[in-house]
Amino acid sequence: MTHDPGYNFAYLDESTKRMIRRAILKAVAIPGHQVPFGSREMPLPYGWGTGGIQVTAAVLGPADVLKVIDQGSDDTTNAVSIRAFFRRTAGIATTESTEAATIIQTRHRIPERKLREDQILVYQVPIPEPLGRLEPRIAETRRMHAMADYGLMHVKLYEDIARHGHIATSYSYPVMVNGRYLMSPSPIPAFDNPKMDQMPALQLFGAGREKRIYAVPPYTSVKSLDFDDHPFRPIRAPHVCELCGSGDTYLDEVLTDDVGGRIFVCSDTDFCSERQAMKEAAE
Amino acid sequence: MNERSSKTPLLTARDLTLRFGRIAALDGVDLDIHPGEVVAIVGESGSGKTTLLRVLSGLMRPDAGEVSYLGQDVLGMSEAARRRLMRTEWGFVHQNPRDGLRMAVSAGGNIGERLMATGARHYGNIREQASHWLTRVEIDPARMDEVPAKFSGGMQQRLQIARTLVTLPKLVFMDEPTGGLDVSVQARLLDLIRALVADLGLAVLIVTHDIAAARLLAHRMLVMRHGVVVESGLTDRVLDDPQHPYTQLLVSSVLAA
Ligand SMILES: Nc1ncnc2c1ncn2[C@@H]1O[C@H](COP(=O)(O)OP(=O)(O)O)[C@@H](O)[C@H]1O
Ligand SMILES: [Mg+2]
Repeated sequence: MTHDPGYNFAYLDESTKRMIRRAILKAVAIPGHQVPFGSREMPLPYGWGTGGIQVTAAVLGPADVLKVIDQGSDDTTNAVSIRAFFRRTAGIATTESTEAATIIQTRHRIPERKLREDQILVYQVPIPEPLGRLEPRIAETRRMHAMADYGLMHVKLYEDIARHGHIATSYSYPVMVNGRYLMSPSPIPAFDNPKMDQMPALQLFGAGREKRIYAVPPYTSVKSLDFDDHPFRPIRAPHVCELCGSGDTYLDEVLTDDVGGRIFVCSDTDFCSERQAMKEAAE
Repeated sequence: MNERSSKTPLLTARDLTLRFGRIAALDGVDLDIHPGEVVAIVGESGSGKTTLLRVLSGLMRPDAGEVSYLGQDVLGMSEAARRRLMRTEWGFVHQNPRDGLRMAVSAGGNIGERLMATGARHYGNIREQASHWLTRVEIDPARMDEVPAKFSGGMQQRLQIARTLVTLPKLVFMDEPTGGLDVSVQARLLDLIRALVADLGLAVLIVTHDIAAARLLAHRMLVMRHGVVVESGLTDRVLDDPQHPYTQLLVSSVLAA
Protein backbone atom coordinates (compact mmCIF):
# COMPACT_ATOMS: atom_id res chain seq x y z
CA MET A 1 0.00 0.00 0.00
CA THR A 2 1.24 3.57 -0.63
CA HIS A 3 0.21 6.68 1.18
CA ASP A 4 -1.51 9.73 -0.25
CA PRO A 5 1.34 11.79 -1.76
CA GLY A 6 -0.42 14.95 -0.66
CA TYR A 7 0.68 14.25 2.92
CA ASN A 8 3.99 13.70 4.64
CA PHE A 9 4.25 10.12 5.96
CA ALA A 10 1.76 9.79 8.83
CA TYR A 11 0.50 13.36 8.31
CA LEU A 12 2.90 15.21 10.67
CA ASP A 13 6.04 16.85 9.26
CA GLU A 14 9.38 15.31 10.19
CA SER A 15 10.45 18.02 12.64
CA THR A 16 7.18 17.71 14.57
CA LYS A 17 7.62 13.94 14.74
CA ARG A 18 11.17 14.40 16.01
CA MET A 19 9.93 16.80 18.68
CA ILE A 20 7.30 14.27 19.77
CA ARG A 21 9.87 11.45 19.77
CA ARG A 22 12.11 13.51 22.04
CA ALA A 23 9.17 13.95 24.44
CA ILE A 24 8.50 10.20 24.25
CA LEU A 25 12.14 9.35 25.01
CA LYS A 26 12.07 11.64 28.00
CA ALA A 27 8.78 10.10 29.14
CA VAL A 28 10.25 6.59 28.85
CA ALA A 29 13.27 7.69 30.86
CA ILE A 30 11.06 8.99 33.71
CA PRO A 31 8.23 6.44 33.92
CA GLY A 32 4.89 8.03 34.78
CA HIS A 33 6.14 11.61 34.57
CA GLN A 34 4.10 13.95 32.34
CA VAL A 35 6.28 15.56 29.69
CA PRO A 36 4.97 18.70 27.94
CA PHE A 37 5.06 18.68 24.15
CA GLY A 38 4.08 21.10 21.40
CA SER A 39 0.78 19.48 20.49
CA ARG A 40 -0.19 20.25 16.86
CA GLU A 41 -3.55 21.02 15.37
CA MET A 42 -4.91 17.79 13.96
CA PRO A 43 -7.69 17.33 11.42
CA LEU A 44 -9.88 15.98 14.24
CA PRO A 45 -11.46 17.72 17.20
CA TYR A 46 -10.03 17.25 20.72
CA GLY A 47 -11.73 14.33 22.40
CA TRP A 48 -11.20 12.25 19.27
CA GLY A 49 -7.78 11.16 20.34
CA THR A 50 -5.54 13.88 18.91
CA GLY A 51 -2.88 13.16 21.57
CA GLY A 52 -2.87 9.45 20.82
CA ILE A 53 -2.82 10.10 17.08
CA GLN A 54 0.25 12.33 17.35
CA VAL A 55 2.08 9.72 19.43
CA THR A 56 1.11 6.99 16.97
CA ALA A 57 2.25 9.16 14.03
CA ALA A 58 5.61 9.72 15.71
CA VAL A 59 6.33 6.01 16.35
CA LEU A 60 4.76 4.57 13.20
CA GLY A 61 7.00 3.02 10.51
CA PRO A 62 5.99 1.76 7.03
CA ALA A 63 6.10 -1.89 8.20
CA ASP A 64 3.83 -1.37 11.19
CA VAL A 65 0.40 -2.92 11.48
CA LEU A 66 -2.06 -0.68 13.31
CA LYS A 67 -5.07 -1.63 15.39
CA VAL A 68 -7.36 1.02 16.88
CA ILE A 69 -9.95 0.31 19.55
CA ASP A 70 -12.54 2.43 21.25
CA GLN A 71 -14.29 0.94 24.30
CA GLY A 72 -12.73 -2.39 23.33
CA SER A 73 -14.34 -2.32 19.92
CA ASP A 74 -12.65 -1.98 16.52
CA ASP A 75 -15.72 -0.81 14.64
CA THR A 76 -16.84 2.40 16.35
CA THR A 77 -16.70 5.61 14.29
CA ASN A 78 -13.66 6.88 16.17
CA ALA A 79 -11.64 3.68 15.68
CA VAL A 80 -12.65 3.31 12.04
CA SER A 81 -11.77 6.89 11.15
CA ILE A 82 -8.37 6.81 12.90
CA ARG A 83 -7.45 3.62 11.03
CA ALA A 84 -8.61 5.18 7.75
CA PHE A 85 -6.57 8.30 8.56
CA PHE A 86 -3.33 6.33 8.93
CA ARG A 87 -4.04 4.07 5.93
CA ARG A 88 -4.41 7.18 3.84
CA THR A 89 -1.57 9.31 5.25
CA ALA A 90 0.94 6.51 5.94
CA GLY A 91 -0.16 3.71 3.64
CA ILE A 92 0.29 1.22 6.47
CA ALA A 93 -1.65 -1.98 7.05
CA THR A 94 -4.40 -2.02 9.67
CA THR A 95 -5.93 -4.90 11.53
CA GLU A 96 -8.59 -5.76 14.08
CA SER A 97 -6.47 -8.58 15.49
CA THR A 98 -4.58 -7.84 18.70
CA GLU A 99 -2.13 -10.59 17.85
CA ALA A 100 -1.33 -9.23 14.39
CA ALA A 101 -0.91 -5.59 15.47
CA THR A 102 2.46 -3.97 16.17
CA ILE A 103 0.90 -0.72 17.40
CA ILE A 104 -2.45 -0.56 19.17
CA GLN A 105 -4.04 2.81 19.77
CA THR A 106 -6.73 2.65 22.40
CA ARG A 107 -9.40 4.59 24.12
CA HIS A 108 -10.94 3.11 27.30
CA ARG A 109 -9.54 -0.43 27.23
CA ILE A 110 -6.46 -2.66 27.31
CA PRO A 111 -6.89 -5.75 25.12
CA GLU A 112 -7.60 -8.99 26.99
CA ARG A 113 -4.90 -10.87 25.10
CA LYS A 114 -1.48 -10.47 26.77
CA LEU A 115 0.64 -8.00 24.84
CA ARG A 116 4.21 -8.75 23.70
CA GLU A 117 7.58 -7.02 23.73
CA ASP A 118 7.33 -6.18 20.03
CA GLN A 119 4.08 -4.26 20.50
CA ILE A 120 3.35 -0.67 21.54
CA LEU A 121 0.13 0.36 23.26
CA VAL A 122 -0.81 4.02 22.66
CA TYR A 123 -3.48 5.49 24.94
CA GLN A 124 -5.65 8.46 24.03
CA VAL A 125 -5.77 10.50 27.22
CA PRO A 126 -8.40 13.17 27.89
CA ILE A 127 -7.21 14.21 31.37
CA PRO A 128 -3.57 13.41 32.18
CA GLU A 129 -3.40 14.97 35.66
CA PRO A 130 -4.55 12.52 38.36
CA LEU A 131 -4.49 15.25 41.03
CA GLY A 132 -6.39 17.83 39.00
CA ARG A 133 -9.79 17.22 40.52
CA LEU A 134 -8.38 17.43 44.02
CA GLU A 135 -5.99 20.34 43.50
CA PRO A 136 -6.99 22.76 40.74
CA ARG A 137 -3.76 24.85 40.86
CA ILE A 138 -1.46 23.45 38.18
CA ALA A 139 1.71 24.85 39.73
CA GLU A 140 0.76 23.09 42.96
CA THR A 141 0.10 19.71 41.30
CA ARG A 142 3.52 19.93 39.60
CA ARG A 143 5.11 20.62 42.94
CA MET A 144 3.28 17.64 44.43
CA HIS A 145 4.68 15.39 41.69
CA ALA A 146 8.17 16.81 42.10
CA MET A 147 8.07 16.12 45.85
CA ALA A 148 6.14 12.84 45.50
CA ASP A 149 3.67 14.48 47.88
CA TYR A 150 0.70 12.21 47.20
CA GLY A 151 -1.16 12.12 50.51
CA LEU A 152 -4.04 13.96 48.89
CA MET A 153 -4.72 11.09 46.48
CA HIS A 154 -5.12 8.75 49.43
CA VAL A 155 -7.48 11.28 51.00
CA LYS A 156 -9.68 10.85 47.93
CA LEU A 157 -9.68 7.06 48.34
CA TYR A 158 -10.29 7.47 52.08
CA GLU A 159 -13.34 9.62 51.28
CA ASP A 160 -14.62 6.97 48.88
CA ILE A 161 -14.51 4.32 51.57
CA ALA A 162 -15.99 6.63 54.22
CA ARG A 163 -18.89 7.45 51.89
CA HIS A 164 -19.55 4.24 50.01
CA GLY A 165 -17.92 1.58 52.17
CA HIS A 166 -15.48 0.76 49.36
CA ILE A 167 -13.31 2.56 46.82
CA ALA A 168 -15.90 3.74 44.31
CA THR A 169 -13.45 4.82 41.64
CA SER A 170 -14.01 2.45 38.74
CA TYR A 171 -12.33 4.32 35.86
CA SER A 172 -9.06 6.26 35.66
CA TYR A 173 -8.09 4.55 38.89
CA PRO A 174 -4.80 6.16 40.00
CA VAL A 175 -1.59 4.15 39.92
CA MET A 176 1.98 4.54 41.17
CA VAL A 177 4.50 3.93 38.43
CA ASN A 178 7.89 2.49 39.29
CA GLY A 179 7.25 3.41 42.92
CA ARG A 180 7.69 7.09 42.13
CA TYR A 181 5.14 8.93 39.98
CA LEU A 182 1.40 9.02 40.46
CA MET A 183 -0.26 8.49 37.09
CA SER A 184 -3.75 8.49 35.65
CA PRO A 185 -4.13 5.45 33.43
CA SER A 186 -6.67 7.34 31.25
CA PRO A 187 -10.30 6.24 31.48
CA ILE A 188 -9.68 2.51 31.31
CA PRO A 189 -11.73 0.49 33.80
CA ALA A 190 -9.93 -0.29 37.05
CA PHE A 191 -10.33 -3.91 35.91
CA ASP A 192 -7.58 -3.28 33.34
CA ASN A 193 -5.11 -1.72 35.81
CA PRO A 194 -3.33 -5.00 36.69
CA LYS A 195 -2.56 -5.52 32.99
CA MET A 196 -0.32 -2.44 33.06
CA ASP A 197 1.95 -3.91 35.73
CA GLN A 198 5.10 -5.51 34.28
CA MET A 199 3.58 -5.40 30.79
CA PRO A 200 6.08 -6.59 28.13
CA ALA A 201 4.82 -3.96 25.66
CA LEU A 202 5.78 -0.29 25.76
CA GLN A 203 2.86 1.89 26.92
CA LEU A 204 2.66 5.48 25.65
CA PHE A 205 0.05 8.04 26.69
CA GLY A 206 -0.83 11.13 24.64
CA ALA A 207 -3.05 14.01 25.79
CA GLY A 208 -3.63 16.43 22.89
CA ARG A 209 -5.58 19.22 24.52
CA GLU A 210 -3.42 19.20 27.67
CA LYS A 211 -0.22 18.79 25.61
CA ARG A 212 1.27 16.02 27.71
CA ILE A 213 2.98 12.72 26.94
CA TYR A 214 3.83 10.06 29.50
CA ALA A 215 5.00 6.48 29.34
CA VAL A 216 5.41 3.15 31.09
CA PRO A 217 8.44 1.27 29.74
CA PRO A 218 8.23 -2.53 29.35
CA TYR A 219 8.36 -4.56 32.57
CA THR A 220 7.73 -1.62 34.89
CA SER A 221 5.89 -1.80 38.18
CA VAL A 222 2.41 -0.22 38.06
CA LYS A 223 0.49 -0.44 41.33
CA SER A 224 -3.07 0.69 41.98
CA LEU A 225 -3.29 2.81 45.12
CA ASP A 226 -5.16 1.24 48.01
CA PHE A 227 -5.21 0.66 51.75
CA ASP A 228 -3.82 -2.39 53.56
CA ASP A 229 -7.28 -3.18 54.90
CA HIS A 230 -9.10 -2.17 51.67
CA PRO A 231 -6.95 -3.73 48.96
CA PHE A 232 -7.49 -2.85 45.31
CA ARG A 233 -9.94 -5.18 43.57
CA PRO A 234 -10.37 -5.24 39.80
CA ILE A 235 -14.14 -5.15 39.40
CA ARG A 236 -16.14 -6.71 36.56
CA ALA A 237 -19.80 -7.55 36.13
CA PRO A 238 -20.41 -10.94 37.81
CA HIS A 239 -21.58 -12.69 34.62
CA VAL A 240 -20.21 -14.73 31.73
CA CYS A 241 -20.11 -13.43 28.17
CA GLU A 242 -23.31 -14.36 26.33
CA LEU A 243 -21.37 -14.87 23.08
CA CYS A 244 -18.13 -16.63 24.03
CA GLY A 245 -18.80 -17.78 27.59
CA SER A 246 -15.79 -16.06 29.05
CA GLY A 247 -15.97 -15.63 32.81
CA ASP A 248 -12.86 -13.54 33.41
CA THR A 249 -13.02 -10.71 30.86
CA TYR A 250 -14.44 -7.21 31.10
CA LEU A 251 -18.09 -7.19 30.03
CA ASP A 252 -20.38 -4.57 28.53
CA GLU A 253 -24.06 -4.58 29.33
CA VAL A 254 -26.14 -4.51 26.14
CA LEU A 255 -29.86 -3.78 26.00
CA THR A 256 -31.62 -6.24 23.73
CA ASP A 257 -35.14 -4.79 23.65
CA ASP A 258 -37.12 -1.94 25.14
CA VAL A 259 -38.65 -3.98 27.96
CA GLY A 260 -35.56 -4.38 30.09
CA GLY A 261 -33.97 -7.32 28.28
CA ARG A 262 -30.18 -7.24 28.63
CA ILE A 263 -27.17 -9.42 28.06
CA PHE A 264 -23.52 -9.19 28.97
CA VAL A 265 -20.86 -9.53 26.27
CA CYS A 266 -17.10 -9.08 26.13
CA SER A 267 -16.07 -5.48 25.62
CA ASP A 268 -12.99 -6.67 23.68
CA THR A 269 -14.64 -7.69 20.41
CA ASP A 270 -11.50 -9.20 18.85
CA PHE A 271 -10.88 -11.42 21.88
CA CYS A 272 -14.53 -12.47 21.94
CA SER A 273 -14.74 -13.43 18.26
CA GLU A 274 -11.49 -15.41 18.55
CA ARG A 275 -12.97 -17.36 21.45
CA GLN A 276 -16.21 -17.92 19.57
CA ALA A 277 -14.27 -19.25 16.58
CA MET A 278 -12.28 -21.58 18.85
CA LYS A 279 -15.49 -22.87 20.44
CA GLU A 280 -17.06 -23.51 17.06
CA ALA A 281 -13.93 -25.27 15.81
CA ALA A 282 -14.00 -27.51 18.89
CA GLU A 283 -17.64 -28.45 18.39
CA MET B 1 17.73 34.07 83.39
CA ASN B 2 14.90 31.88 82.28
CA GLU B 3 15.71 28.22 82.88
CA ARG B 4 14.45 27.28 79.38
CA SER B 5 16.93 29.48 77.58
CA SER B 6 19.81 27.35 78.81
CA LYS B 7 18.62 24.47 76.58
CA THR B 8 19.17 24.45 72.83
CA PRO B 9 16.43 26.39 71.10
CA LEU B 10 14.16 24.67 68.57
CA LEU B 11 13.98 27.66 66.30
CA THR B 12 16.30 30.65 66.12
CA ALA B 13 15.98 33.75 63.98
CA ARG B 14 18.57 36.48 63.67
CA ASP B 15 18.30 39.94 62.19
CA LEU B 16 15.33 39.24 59.89
CA THR B 17 14.64 42.04 57.48
CA LEU B 18 11.95 42.24 54.82
CA ARG B 19 10.67 45.30 53.00
CA PHE B 20 7.59 45.67 50.85
CA GLY B 21 8.54 48.75 48.88
CA ARG B 22 8.86 51.53 51.42
CA ILE B 23 7.33 49.50 54.24
CA ALA B 24 9.69 47.62 56.53
CA ALA B 25 7.53 44.63 57.47
CA LEU B 26 10.45 43.12 59.43
CA ASP B 27 13.30 45.29 60.58
CA GLY B 28 16.06 43.38 62.37
CA VAL B 29 13.94 40.79 64.23
CA ASP B 30 15.67 38.27 66.55
CA LEU B 31 13.78 35.40 68.13
CA ASP B 32 14.41 32.09 69.94
CA ILE B 33 11.82 29.49 70.80
CA HIS B 34 12.61 26.51 73.00
CA PRO B 35 10.98 23.07 73.13
CA GLY B 36 7.66 23.21 74.95
CA GLU B 37 7.62 26.99 75.07
CA VAL B 38 4.66 29.17 74.08
CA VAL B 39 5.65 32.55 72.71
CA ALA B 40 3.07 35.19 71.82
CA ILE B 41 3.65 37.91 69.26
CA VAL B 42 1.44 40.91 69.89
CA GLY B 43 1.15 44.25 68.17
CA GLU B 44 -1.33 46.30 66.24
CA SER B 45 -2.52 45.42 62.78
CA GLY B 46 0.18 45.90 60.14
CA SER B 47 3.07 45.57 62.59
CA GLY B 48 4.54 42.56 60.75
CA LYS B 49 3.27 39.61 62.82
CA THR B 50 1.94 37.51 59.96
CA THR B 51 5.01 38.28 57.87
CA LEU B 52 7.22 37.09 60.72
CA LEU B 53 5.35 33.76 60.97
CA ARG B 54 5.56 33.26 57.22
CA VAL B 55 9.28 33.96 57.16
CA LEU B 56 10.00 31.73 60.16
CA SER B 57 8.08 28.84 58.64
CA GLY B 58 9.88 29.24 55.33
CA LEU B 59 6.76 30.27 53.40
CA MET B 60 8.38 33.59 52.53
CA ARG B 61 12.00 34.63 52.05
CA PRO B 62 13.36 37.61 53.97
CA ASP B 63 15.68 40.14 52.32
CA ALA B 64 18.27 39.34 54.96
CA GLY B 65 18.70 37.33 58.15
CA GLU B 66 18.87 33.71 59.25
CA VAL B 67 16.39 31.14 60.49
CA SER B 68 17.55 27.85 61.89
CA TYR B 69 15.52 24.89 63.14
CA LEU B 70 17.44 22.39 65.30
CA GLY B 71 20.61 23.50 63.59
CA GLN B 72 19.21 23.26 60.04
CA ASP B 73 19.23 26.38 57.90
CA VAL B 74 15.51 26.87 57.11
CA LEU B 75 16.06 29.42 54.36
CA GLY B 76 18.71 27.29 52.68
CA MET B 77 16.92 23.94 52.81
CA SER B 78 15.28 22.42 49.71
CA GLU B 79 11.60 22.89 49.26
CA ALA B 80 11.14 19.13 49.63
CA ALA B 81 12.82 19.21 53.04
CA ARG B 82 10.78 22.21 54.14
CA ARG B 83 7.55 20.57 53.04
CA ARG B 84 8.51 17.43 54.91
CA LEU B 85 8.97 19.49 58.06
CA MET B 86 5.65 21.22 57.43
CA ARG B 87 3.76 17.94 57.41
CA THR B 88 5.59 16.25 60.25
CA GLU B 89 7.40 18.30 62.89
CA TRP B 90 5.73 21.62 62.18
CA GLY B 91 2.15 22.75 61.99
CA PHE B 92 0.45 25.93 60.85
CA VAL B 93 -2.94 27.00 62.17
CA HIS B 94 -4.46 29.74 60.05
CA GLN B 95 -6.76 32.48 61.24
CA ASN B 96 -9.34 31.51 58.66
CA PRO B 97 -10.12 27.77 58.96
CA ARG B 98 -10.83 27.73 55.21
CA ASP B 99 -7.13 28.31 54.61
CA GLY B 100 -6.17 25.33 56.75
CA LEU B 101 -8.94 22.83 56.02
CA ARG B 102 -10.17 21.07 52.90
CA MET B 103 -13.77 22.17 53.00
CA ALA B 104 -15.04 19.44 50.63
CA VAL B 105 -13.31 16.64 52.55
CA SER B 106 -14.85 15.02 55.64
CA ALA B 107 -13.57 15.81 59.13
CA GLY B 108 -11.96 12.36 59.29
CA GLY B 109 -10.27 12.88 55.92
CA ASN B 110 -8.98 16.27 57.03
CA ILE B 111 -7.40 14.75 60.12
CA GLY B 112 -6.13 11.74 58.19
CA GLU B 113 -4.39 13.74 55.46
CA ARG B 114 -1.14 14.32 57.32
CA LEU B 115 -1.07 10.67 58.37
CA MET B 116 -1.57 9.52 54.79
CA ALA B 117 0.99 12.05 53.54
CA THR B 118 3.52 10.42 55.84
CA GLY B 119 2.73 6.88 54.76
CA ALA B 120 -0.27 5.66 56.78
CA ARG B 121 -2.01 3.02 54.66
CA HIS B 122 -4.40 1.35 57.07
CA TYR B 123 -7.91 2.78 56.77
CA GLY B 124 -9.05 1.42 60.12
CA ASN B 125 -6.09 2.91 61.97
CA ILE B 126 -6.59 6.27 60.29
CA ARG B 127 -10.24 6.24 61.39
CA GLU B 128 -9.22 5.38 64.94
CA GLN B 129 -6.76 8.25 65.06
CA ALA B 130 -9.31 10.64 63.57
CA SER B 131 -11.85 9.59 66.16
CA HIS B 132 -9.30 10.03 68.95
CA TRP B 133 -8.36 13.54 67.78
CA LEU B 134 -11.95 14.64 67.30
CA THR B 135 -12.57 13.67 70.91
CA ARG B 136 -9.51 15.59 72.03
CA VAL B 137 -10.76 18.76 70.40
CA GLU B 138 -14.25 18.18 71.81
CA ILE B 139 -16.00 17.27 68.55
CA ASP B 140 -18.35 14.28 68.64
CA PRO B 141 -16.57 11.51 66.70
CA ALA B 142 -19.98 10.55 65.30
CA ARG B 143 -19.55 13.61 63.05
CA MET B 144 -16.35 12.23 61.53
CA ASP B 145 -17.87 11.80 58.06
CA GLU B 146 -19.38 15.27 57.85
CA VAL B 147 -17.68 18.01 55.87
CA PRO B 148 -16.41 21.04 57.81
CA ALA B 149 -18.79 23.33 55.95
CA LYS B 150 -21.49 21.94 58.28
CA PHE B 151 -19.51 22.91 61.39
CA SER B 152 -19.65 26.17 63.33
CA GLY B 153 -16.65 28.51 63.15
CA GLY B 154 -15.35 27.35 66.52
CA MET B 155 -15.64 23.69 65.53
CA GLN B 156 -13.85 24.37 62.24
CA GLN B 157 -11.01 25.94 64.13
CA ARG B 158 -10.84 22.98 66.54
CA LEU B 159 -10.84 20.63 63.55
CA GLN B 160 -7.97 22.58 62.02
CA ILE B 161 -6.04 22.13 65.26
CA ALA B 162 -6.77 18.39 65.35
CA ARG B 163 -5.63 18.06 61.75
CA THR B 164 -2.39 19.82 62.61
CA LEU B 165 -1.63 17.97 65.84
CA VAL B 166 -2.28 14.45 64.57
CA THR B 167 1.38 13.97 63.60
CA LEU B 168 2.49 15.28 67.01
CA PRO B 169 4.51 18.23 65.72
CA LYS B 170 7.22 19.83 67.84
CA LEU B 171 6.48 23.37 66.75
CA VAL B 172 3.16 24.96 65.80
CA PHE B 173 2.69 28.39 64.25
CA MET B 174 -0.71 29.95 64.96
CA ASP B 175 -1.86 33.14 63.29
CA GLU B 176 -4.73 34.70 65.29
CA PRO B 177 -6.41 31.31 65.78
CA THR B 178 -9.33 32.87 67.66
CA GLY B 179 -9.55 35.87 65.36
CA GLY B 180 -12.90 35.52 63.65
CA LEU B 181 -14.80 33.96 66.56
CA ASP B 182 -17.36 35.18 69.12
CA VAL B 183 -15.90 36.08 72.47
CA SER B 184 -17.43 33.12 74.34
CA VAL B 185 -16.20 30.75 71.63
CA GLN B 186 -12.75 32.33 71.80
CA ALA B 187 -12.49 31.60 75.51
CA ARG B 188 -13.34 27.95 75.04
CA LEU B 189 -10.84 27.60 72.19
CA LEU B 190 -8.08 29.24 74.23
CA ASP B 191 -8.71 26.83 77.11
CA LEU B 192 -8.53 23.93 74.70
CA ILE B 193 -5.30 25.17 73.13
CA ARG B 194 -3.80 25.67 76.59
CA ALA B 195 -4.67 22.13 77.67
CA LEU B 196 -3.36 20.54 74.46
CA VAL B 197 -0.14 22.51 74.50
CA ALA B 198 0.57 21.54 78.09
CA ASP B 199 -0.35 17.88 77.48
CA LEU B 200 1.70 17.48 74.35
CA GLY B 201 4.60 19.70 75.34
CA LEU B 202 4.29 21.66 72.11
CA ALA B 203 6.29 24.72 71.28
CA VAL B 204 3.89 27.33 69.92
CA LEU B 205 4.45 30.64 68.27
CA ILE B 206 1.11 32.38 68.44
CA VAL B 207 0.23 35.69 66.85
CA THR B 208 -2.56 37.54 68.55
CA HIS B 209 -3.74 41.06 69.14
CA ASP B 210 -5.56 39.82 72.22
CA ILE B 211 -3.48 40.63 75.30
CA ALA B 212 -5.69 38.47 77.51
CA ALA B 213 -5.07 35.48 75.25
CA ALA B 214 -1.34 36.09 75.45
CA ARG B 215 -1.51 36.21 79.23
CA LEU B 216 -3.46 32.97 79.38
CA LEU B 217 -1.27 30.97 76.98
CA ALA B 218 2.18 32.38 76.63
CA HIS B 219 5.32 31.94 78.70
CA ARG B 220 6.99 34.78 76.88
CA MET B 221 5.86 37.54 74.59
CA LEU B 222 7.25 39.78 71.90
CA VAL B 223 5.73 43.17 71.22
CA MET B 224 6.04 44.28 67.60
CA ARG B 225 5.63 47.67 66.03
CA HIS B 226 6.50 48.71 62.48
CA GLY B 227 8.48 45.52 61.95
CA VAL B 228 10.57 45.95 65.10
CA VAL B 229 10.40 43.95 68.33
CA VAL B 230 10.14 46.84 70.77
CA GLU B 231 9.94 44.71 73.90
CA SER B 232 10.15 41.07 74.88
CA GLY B 233 10.23 39.05 78.07
CA LEU B 234 8.24 36.79 80.36
CA THR B 235 4.55 37.44 79.79
CA ASP B 236 3.74 38.53 83.33
CA ARG B 237 6.71 40.86 83.47
CA VAL B 238 5.86 42.53 80.14
CA LEU B 239 2.20 42.94 81.03
CA ASP B 240 2.63 43.97 84.67
CA ASP B 241 5.67 46.16 84.18
CA PRO B 242 5.84 47.29 80.55
CA GLN B 243 9.02 49.19 79.75
CA HIS B 244 8.45 50.49 76.24
CA PRO B 245 5.94 53.33 75.82
CA TYR B 246 4.21 51.41 73.02
CA THR B 247 3.74 48.38 75.28
CA GLN B 248 2.46 50.63 78.02
CA LEU B 249 -0.06 52.03 75.57
CA LEU B 250 -1.13 48.55 74.43
CA VAL B 251 -1.60 47.33 78.00
CA SER B 252 -3.44 50.42 79.18
CA SER B 253 -5.76 50.44 76.18
CA VAL B 254 -6.75 46.86 77.01
CA LEU B 255 -7.30 47.79 80.66
CA ALA B 256 -9.41 50.76 79.61
CA ALA B 257 -11.54 48.72 77.18
N1 LIG C 1 2.54 40.62 50.20
C1 LIG C 1 2.64 41.90 50.63
N2 LIG C 1 2.87 42.90 49.75
C2 LIG C 1 3.00 44.18 50.16
N3 LIG C 1 2.89 44.56 51.44
C3 LIG C 1 2.65 43.62 52.37
C4 LIG C 1 2.51 42.23 52.00
N4 LIG C 1 2.28 41.51 53.13
C5 LIG C 1 2.27 42.41 54.14
N5 LIG C 1 2.49 43.67 53.69
C6 LIG C 1 2.61 44.88 54.53
O1 LIG C 1 3.57 44.61 55.51
C7 LIG C 1 3.15 45.12 56.77
C8 LIG C 1 3.05 44.00 57.79
O2 LIG C 1 1.95 43.15 57.43
P1 LIG C 1 1.53 41.88 58.28
O3 LIG C 1 2.71 41.06 58.53
O4 LIG C 1 0.38 41.25 57.59
O5 LIG C 1 1.04 42.55 59.63
P2 LIG C 1 0.15 41.98 60.83
O6 LIG C 1 0.01 40.51 60.66
O7 LIG C 1 0.90 42.36 62.05
O8 LIG C 1 -1.16 42.67 60.74
C9 LIG C 1 1.85 45.84 56.51
O9 LIG C 1 2.11 47.19 56.28
C10 LIG C 1 1.32 45.17 55.27
O10 LIG C 1 0.51 46.07 54.55
MG1 LIG D 1 -1.74 39.28 60.46
